[in-house]
Amino acid sequence: MTEQEAITNEESEEVRIGAFICECGVNIAGAVDCNAVADYISTLPNVVTSVVNKYTCSDAGQAEIKNAIKDLNLNRVLVASCTPKTHEPIFRACVEEAGLNQYLFEFVNIREHCSWIHMWEKEDATKKAKELVRMGVARAALLEPLQSSEVPVTDAALVIGAGVTGMQAAMDIADMGHKVYLVEQGPSIGGKMAQLDKTFPTNDCSICILGPKMVEVARNENIEIMSYSEIDEVDGYVGNFKVKVKHKPRYLNIDECTGCGLCTEKCPVEVPYVEFDEGIGTRKAIYTPFPQAVPLRALVDKSICIDCGACIKACERGAIDMDQQETFSELDVGVIVVSAGFDVYDPEPNHDFGFGLYDNVITTMEFERLINASGPTMGKVVRPSDVKPPKRIGFVQCVGSRDKNSNIYCSSFCCMASLKNAQLLKEKYPDTEVYIMYMDMRTPFRMYEEFYNRARDMGIRFIRGRPAEVTENEDHNIIARIEDTLTNEIVNLELDLMVLSVGAVSPESTETVRQILKVSRAADGFMMEAHPKLKPVDTTLDGIFIGGMTQGPKDIPYSISQGSACAARATRFLAQGKALTEGITAKVDEDICVACGVCVPMCPFQALSIEDDKLKILTALCKGCGTCMAACPTGALEQSHFKNEQLLAQVKNVFAYGEV
Amino acid sequence: MAEEGWEPKIVAFCCNWCSYGGADTAGMGRFQQPASTRVIKVMCSGRIDPLHVFNAFLEGADAVLVTGCHIGDCHYVNGNEKTEVRYEFLEEMLQQLGLEPDRLHLNWISASEGERFANFITDVTAKVKELGPSPLKPAGVK
Repeated sequence: MTEQEAITNEESEEVRIGAFICECGVNIAGAVDCNAVADYISTLPNVVTSVVNKYTCSDAGQAEIKNAIKDLNLNRVLVASCTPKTHEPIFRACVEEAGLNQYLFEFVNIREHCSWIHMWEKEDATKKAKELVRMGVARAALLEPLQSSEVPVTDAALVIGAGVTGMQAAMDIADMGHKVYLVEQGPSIGGKMAQLDKTFPTNDCSICILGPKMVEVARNENIEIMSYSEIDEVDGYVGNFKVKVKHKPRYLNIDECTGCGLCTEKCPVEVPYVEFDEGIGTRKAIYTPFPQAVPLRALVDKSICIDCGACIKACERGAIDMDQQETFSELDVGVIVVSAGFDVYDPEPNHDFGFGLYDNVITTMEFERLINASGPTMGKVVRPSDVKPPKRIGFVQCVGSRDKNSNIYCSSFCCMASLKNAQLLKEKYPDTEVYIMYMDMRTPFRMYEEFYNRARDMGIRFIRGRPAEVTENEDHNIIARIEDTLTNEIVNLELDLMVLSVGAVSPESTETVRQILKVSRAADGFMMEAHPKLKPVDTTLDGIFIGGMTQGPKDIPYSISQGSACAARATRFLAQGKALTEGITAKVDEDICVACGVCVPMCPFQALSIEDDKLKILTALCKGCGTCMAACPTGALEQSHFKNEQLLAQVKNVFAYGEV
Repeated sequence: MAEEGWEPKIVAFCCNWCSYGGADTAGMGRFQQPASTRVIKVMCSGRIDPLHVFNAFLEGADAVLVTGCHIGDCHYVNGNEKTEVRYEFLEEMLQQLGLEPDRLHLNWISASEGERFANFITDVTAKVKELGPSPLKPAGVK
């Protein structure tokens, strides 16, 4: 194809490339004629061997690579297969085992970037694959060996968010003998699970199983809880993160407060909003968040406090400090687990199903607090308009889920949550008529389908259809007009109380954390894992892991599993005490550099400076983005592994003069 | 002025963290797209030198795509903001050279936006097809 000469490297050693084309079963071979690609590639300069594998990543495939390196004296290896995101580490390790520097390996993606997106254009896909591999061969010839550096890992973990996922992650890491900072933005650990009444499919009391776990977390010597605190800044890389944590003022000294409640008793200011009870009920300006809170410490709501001093007088320990300011801590950690939880979908702005217009339309979370024995009504279910017990209650499924107007994803826990709440109602008030209005009932996992059957046996009525129109009559009863798609009838259902089974959304506070950490965001707004199947709790950033609702909607057992998974993945680094960082950094050719300093302000990491009329690069700070060299007017700066000549060789080989 | 048998050839510079992942996600979701585009990976869109873009046009690209993370999402704090500045300069330069604006595009694509990536490739390919081969394309190049 080209007039290009075979390339030899500095030591005049001939460049010998082995190309391995993967069929990936039919994933690639279904659209790309891999043999034709291999035949074509074998004609290119520097290519010593070019073979097709059924699965290059298999044991047999890797053995073939290693043998070829030895038998044919290869000094470059190219694999054309899937995405480097999953498989580059595997092949890099493979070539290293055969004695080749891992940076002399070149990866070409002909699956995600070719066969899967041109499934029915075999000819075009094959031609494109040939060209992609040709680009790779040109780049491979110019690759240079690099050394990745080993960095020590600080033996401590940061867990962001102390819901059930974060608590599990923190405990597992701590039990493996490592220090954990557990940062929670709220005044207590426990998360949403602490607010729930019962949990499916066993209907055991949520706080009764969570409470002891919260105490256990607090008692664990390796865990330092930082409640009412937020992540302010994160800097660094795997093994060496520097974290700035902001501690919001509680207006009392947490070490002096005993949570006795005398201050709350004496406080004369009462506000009709209890966060923990989803806004139902009243609380004082100084209060403890809920009876089982950990730490059981008070805090002052300054927005309503009248500074009367009654609490200060009441507190025997002198804990209250109305002049308290926010403070900051600097933490050094090796790994980070994000378990920042979720918000329930807010039906208020769009008045979904009359929410916000009619008093007797409430959300699942409000219902959880109403039926909870320690809730604002002591577990007595009453409706908001007249505080009377409702006799006809309907649950509407998929509110804020599976809906093109809000979120298209399934929130996964809401079917089971409504089945549970419907059963609790039937147990507590057998005469109540209970309806569930749904699109599909989704009940996978152990004992869940049985739980659904139990609800049917208890006389709970299922209507396949969701209200098309919701109105209110003069008695403040809700009239839901529904098409029952099983009977083909229009039903006008009169209800005393309607509960919206709201789905999960990623909170704004989590988005802030995501932006600080630079974790990818998935299309649904939750944080994105490194691979949907193979790396469900990893992120693309080494040393940062995501679990529970942070990664997407899921139920409690799944969240706890992910908490443990995060702990296991994260602790690998802590246990080894070292991590490898990429060898890709900025380099300067001092003969060309004129120390103009244009590059210096480009670096976001302050790795560049001009000293004694010379450009100085602090390699430890360089993260290898390459932004500085794009600004270099002389071409003195280079980014290893992404050198200009390497990139331009790829560009050149996009094109050909002859037939492909 | 479309030549016989001519199909647009587009060079897409993608960053390692976002848009390369977006191209991967397009594959995982099987979002079909024209076979016009060749992806070249860089670590950050901030690495994309105007030199690379000019070179792509001089070698024969009918269009060049500069892609990276959404603003605020850059893995290297703000590399993409620098890309944005350089892109404006590039845009002006290429217009002065007489290249149609539709031959150069800047797009922020996250790793989850596979469909967005595929739609982008489809749209640009259609536009470039209408324009015909790039006036800078050397004779005989495919």
